[in-house]
Amino acid sequence: MSAATRIPNAIDRRRFLQDAARAVAGCAVAGMFLGQLARQARALPAEALRPPGALPEPEFLAACLRCGLCVRDCPYGTLSLARAGVDGAAVGTPFFTARDVPCEMCDDIPCVLACPSGALDPGLTAIDDARMGVAVLVDQQHCLNALGLRCDVCYRVCPAIDAAITLEQSHNARTGHHAVFMPTVHAEACTGCGKCEKSCVLPEAAIKVLPTRLARVAAADHYRLGWEEQERAGAPLVEGIIDLPDRVPDLAPTAGAGGFAPLFQLPEAGQ
Amino acid sequence: MSAATKPRVNAASTAARGWVVAHRYLILRRLSQTVFLGLFLIGPWFGIWWVKGNLAGSMTLEVLPLTDPLVLIQSLLAGHWPALTALIGALIVGLGYALIGGRVYCAWVCPINPVTDAAHWLHQRLGLAKGWQPKRGTRLWVLGMVLGVSAATGTIAWELVNPISMLHRGLIFGIGFAWAWVLAVFAFDVLVSRRGWCGHLCPVGAFCGLLGSASLLRVSAAGRAACDDCMECFAVCPEPHVIGPALRGSGSAPALILSPDCTNCGRCIDVCAPDVFRFTHRFNRRTGETSAPQSPAHTRSGASRAA
Ligand code: SF4
Ligand code: SF4
Ligand code: SF4
Repeated sequence: MSAATRIPNAIDRRRFLQDAARAVAGCAVAGMFLGQLARQARALPAEALRPPGALPEPEFLAACLRCGLCVRDCPYGTLSLARAGVDGAAVGTPFFTARDVPCEMCDDIPCVLACPSGALDPGLTAIDDARMGVAVLVDQQHCLNALGLRCDVCYRVCPAIDAAITLEQSHNARTGHHAVFMPTVHAEACTGCGKCEKSCVLPEAAIKVLPTRLARVAAADHYRLGWEEQERAGAPLVEGIIDLPDRVPDLAPTAGAGGFAPLFQLPEAGQ
Repeated sequence: MSAATKPRVNAASTAARGWVVAHRYLILRRLSQTVFLGLFLIGPWFGIWWVKGNLAGSMTLEVLPLTDPLVLIQSLLAGHWPALTALIGALIVGLGYALIGGRVYCAWVCPINPVTDAAHWLHQRLGLAKGWQPKRGTRLWVLGMVLGVSAATGTIAWELVNPISMLHRGLIFGIGFAWAWVLAVFAFDVLVSRRGWCGHLCPVGAFCGLLGSASLLRVSAAGRAACDDCMECFAVCPEPHVIGPALRGSGSAPALILSPDCTNCGRCIDVCAPDVFRFTHRFNRRTGETSAPQSPAHTRSGASRAA
């Protein structure tokens, strides 16, 4: 009697354990594939820029619902949702390609207002604070300004002109008597809107918006810049620092106090 | 051919009550599926922006936010605390489905349902074998796996592969190669496993089932006294195991279908010539007396089945 009741129980238990083990094993395999996909999804291609206010990529993938409300509320058709197997960004997430349609930096930031999830940080209220990437003059061989011409297009279209991008003058060594007006991006003011990349006149943009992770490096913490420290402190950092005399060749034949007598006289000296 | 020996499902009910009555819930479901997809499509197609977004998250008439609660749960597990709009949206959707039955989503809204229904139709036409039939709890394991991967990788993991959003988002925002997912589900259901996707694996369906396990809206086999054992309901039901306890219970045992797996699709109501099934609420425990007088003509007649 007891054997008769025990055996079915044992069989049941055995079957249950077998089923559970099978399910766990199956899910472990499927889960590994899914996990692998999830890791790969983080590799955002450099040309795919996230909308203004997007959280850093790992957090963004935890937050974005892929609803496309930001896409819908962008008045310029800048954004689109990544299509499976076509666009490089994680499938269904919003991105834009600066060379196609850059961000026009709307004052009211409708994309951020539309986002229900907080994947686009509602704390971003001034579009100038957006950091979608950083423009970099990637090809100084072909940039027309770098060649000494006056294209200036990227500079002129920049919504943060003279802050995010300036034209830095230097001597044109080729002609010997002209200036080079080098487009120079100042990362701390660049929003990464991509208008410069969009409007570069070359067949392929010589200036490109890159993701911040590629375009910038962290400052070296162990290295202090003396002039900044001094400005911050409002005074020299070390009191009573000895200011050694500058050793300029004194061309006058007679040396006063603190001066040096020259070892030799230049022929035309003392003009 | 099997078609010659076995009358097509729903033949008896159609003969007895006419095509429209015998397909009324099917028609309503297809209509509802079309409307739910259409509301999202009239924006991009015709510029009528009543509804923006997709099933994962949407905004209706600029006031009503809706969020897929399963996506939101994955987001929470991935370590993100969502903004208020998404939370409210998920609460509305969650409460709604908890009330009318989570799997109402499966039968009335989900865009994959017509795909797997078509696959099942083809499967039947071809007279194929059942194929792989995973255990009943499998989809719960899959759901657990999805939540686990979301937590472990810090991403909304299921949305990377979810064929539902692939299709729905794809139709609205551009599909890319997402149709391959849909095709895969179709092929899986036809060739590998009868009713395999929606019936056994889909974690969204599993979640919907859990969500609606105490739902108000229920199908009841209230007229079970009139059942003539034609087995049409079992043949047509996508989750046939839910019918047994309600239909075969006797005496005072409730005739309500209480399994959370029931999708509230109403197919059993459509195909039942003796009109055994009806929609009701979960506190309606009456059986028999309401339906018995209505359908004496074609119950237990056998003639209606032969027709
Ligand atoms: S700021 Fe304006 S242009 Fe830029 S992505 Fe947002 S909505 Fe579009
Ligand atoms: S609105 Fe927010 S949640 Fe929706 S797709 Fe855009 S970033 Fe993602
Ligand atoms: S638009 Fe292009 S070519 Fe012209 S200055 Fe800028 S980077 Fe150089």
